[in-house]
Amino acid sequence: MKIDAALRDAVLAAVPKLRAFAISLSGNVDRADDLVQETLLRALANIDSFQPGTNLQAWLFTILRNLFRSEYRKRRREVEDVDGRYADSMVSHPEQESQLEFKELREALAKLPQDQREALILVGASGFSYEEAAHICGCAVGTIKSRVNRARTRLAAELSISGAEDLGPDATVQAVIADKSR
Amino acid sequence: MLQGGSSKSTDDGSGKLDKETQTKIGQQLRAMYDEVVRQGVPDRFAELLRQLEKREDKEPKS
Repeated sequence: MKIDAALRDAVLAAVPKLRAFAISLSGNVDRADDLVQETLLRALANIDSFQPGTNLQAWLFTILRNLFRSEYRKRRREVEDVDGRYADSMVSHPEQESQLEFKELREALAKLPQDQREALILVGASGFSYEEAAHICGCAVGTIKSRVNRARTRLAAELSISGAEDLGPDATVQAVIADKSR
Repeated sequence: MLQGGSSKSTDDGSGKLDKETQTKIGQQLRAMYDEVVRQGVPDRFAELLRQLEKREDKEPKS
């Protein structure tokens, strides 16, 4: 099987976005890169099933997403992968200082249910339409919309970005403590 | 079973956020995402495709 050079270049060009997606999903750079590698191998082995003229990026994202989900399910069975522990396992590479800047966001993302996390990233960061995201996740457009909405709401609460910025849990706890010590 | 609708949150029930909050979340998400995108294609992936190509070249042509 010979891979068309233009198609191969297009696959390679999709790598940066695939990595960004994989890192957002798994919260772990090394795991994400392994996931991207497996995606590329799987894609090239099945390149005949890609229909030219359709969205290559969406096709690659679908492969990666399915690989991640099957791996995630496996891990869940192996260890009790509670949300909290999942968040704890997140790696921030020391050489990537800017990772720190997004630490809070990544932690908040990690606390989202899997379905909501992937929907939000696909629509909110990867720039797919609701229709494309629905296709990638194999569900209805309405389902994607409601997942994205719920994800945003939860993220906003988690990061306390909203009008109620001063009413974050810390402020509330401090107010209670201050009240009691009076 | 409990019927849905017992309101323990203070949002309007639709789960919708105001535009400003949505925009802030969108900006943060994209900033985080784009930071990875800007790192480009790590060598290991370009190398991987080169290796696959070499292997294919060795295959007898029909």
